[in-house]
Amino acid sequence: MSEGFDIEPFLLSFRLAAITTVILFAVSLPLAWKLSQTRSVFKPFVEACISMPIVLPPTVLGFYLLVLLSGRSPLGMFFGERLHIDLVFTFEGILIASCIYSFPFMLQPLQAGMEQVPVKLLEASYTLGKSKLQTLLHVILPNIKPSMLTGLIITFAHTVGEFGVVLMVGGSIQGETRVASIAIYELVERMEYGTAHIYAAILIAFSFAVLMTVYLLNHRYKIPG
Amino acid sequence: MNMVFASLKKKLEGADGAFMLETEVEIAGGGITAIAGPSGSGKTTFLRMLSGLTSPDGGSLEVDGETWFRGEIGKTPQVNMKPQQRKAGVVFQGYALFPHMSVLGNLLYASRDRDMAEKLLQMVGLRQLRHARPANLSGGQKQRVALARALMQQPRILLLDEPLSALDERMKVLLQDKLLEINRDLGVTILLVTHDSSEMYRLCDRVLLFEKGRIAADASPRKLFVERETTQKFAFKGEILEIRAVDAVYIAVVAIGNNLVEVVIDSDEKEDLQAGDSVIVGTKAFNPTVRKFAAKDFDVSRL
Repeated sequence: MSEGFDIEPFLLSFRLAAITTVILFAVSLPLAWKLSQTRSVFKPFVEACISMPIVLPPTVLGFYLLVLLSGRSPLGMFFGERLHIDLVFTFEGILIASCIYSFPFMLQPLQAGMEQVPVKLLEASYTLGKSKLQTLLHVILPNIKPSMLTGLIITFAHTVGEFGVVLMVGGSIQGETRVASIAIYELVERMEYGTAHIYAAILIAFSFAVLMTVYLLNHRYKIPG
Repeated sequence: MNMVFASLKKKLEGADGAFMLETEVEIAGGGITAIAGPSGSGKTTFLRMLSGLTSPDGGSLEVDGETWFRGEIGKTPQVNMKPQQRKAGVVFQGYALFPHMSVLGNLLYASRDRDMAEKLLQMVGLRQLRHARPANLSGGQKQRVALARALMQQPRILLLDEPLSALDERMKVLLQDKLLEINRDLGVTILLVTHDSSEMYRLCDRVLLFEKGRIAADASPRKLFVERETTQKFAFKGEILEIRAVDAVYIAVVAIGNNLVEVVIDSDEKEDLQAGDSVIVGTKAFNPTVRKFAAKDFDVSRL
């Protein structure tokens, strides 16, 4: 029943999720800070753009990413000719797609957390001679730990769980783009329900553990206030 | 020597429309100056313009011979020093202590000078609590941490926004003494926003009374509160709770602060008064007098 079980799709999923999370954390931190501080008229525009993946069907996003990343597009040409990296049906391609797809899940908690830090604390830090960067590192970040953890964990979990975009951009190439969710799809198509059950159960357990962790951590951080 | 020269303008949105905050004031070094006035008269904004947290529309600001701001309305200022560069210590309303740092951590964040931190904690009487978190401190203790933290950078001016308003009377007096001590020992020029006339009287050598964005009065607390046109030996503002007849005279029960006093009034005085009236209770020679509170009386409650 489980002779078809293969750990590789899971490793691939976790690798993809880990790298996506690291990239998005690095990109989102300064952007969330900027957005939390600005009163610019462009703020809603930027926020809407980044939040699009939440409401768009993954196929729409996947379709445009496919067009954007293909060897004939300027971006695809740049990667192909200069860096010798193909972006379609490759790990690098689904990595870029994942970063775009999971962006709001990292940015939103960080930005919301930063917006909740009282302005007085920032002003106190400035009047004590501290730069904005010092204030971000020593005042903001320690005070938004729950938001940071939520962003990191949810981004990781969401990337593990994505399907449509990866399928559109990456297809299902073993060891390259066949992540766990796609492996399940293929197993079902091949009627290998037994293995599909195992794969699905692992993902359910994983998702539950992740969400449980988020809620436990948030609960713990909230109590001391 | 003049420490602060502030000629600043800023348009503010008030409850009944926009008005111009305009200050033209010189403050001598080493003193304690009260910034008083009704809510929304521009006191806090004035303090924020000094610390650099709010930019004036125009004018100039010099502190200790250094230009902190210079600009004209409608133009980019020629000089607008950032709050980080201004040597202004600020104690915020609500204290703004960093919740994730200990008392000592809050001080050391301002400057890594451990000796200075220990000295200041000693001065405000908090050495025992140096490892406590702000969440575990009382209001008075938080206030003292905020004060010590603001002094860590040896500021040229210390700006306090209603520093004692949330504290009980005993703690207020204690902290007033601390402020006097700090002012005397460190020689730092202090500006504080306050509504409390006794605080002004105890602490300050000068009161700037803000009204609708302008400095309506600028005098010593003594001049402002005592040496007014009346010759009364003392005068308190209170509210009549009841007037009752006793034989040929009347007795008015007046609430003054937390105290109730009974004052004998005659029938002529009684004509003009009724329960609920705001009154001034004063005395000439020995007899307390009660008369109706008039607008020309300096309104202490609005400070």
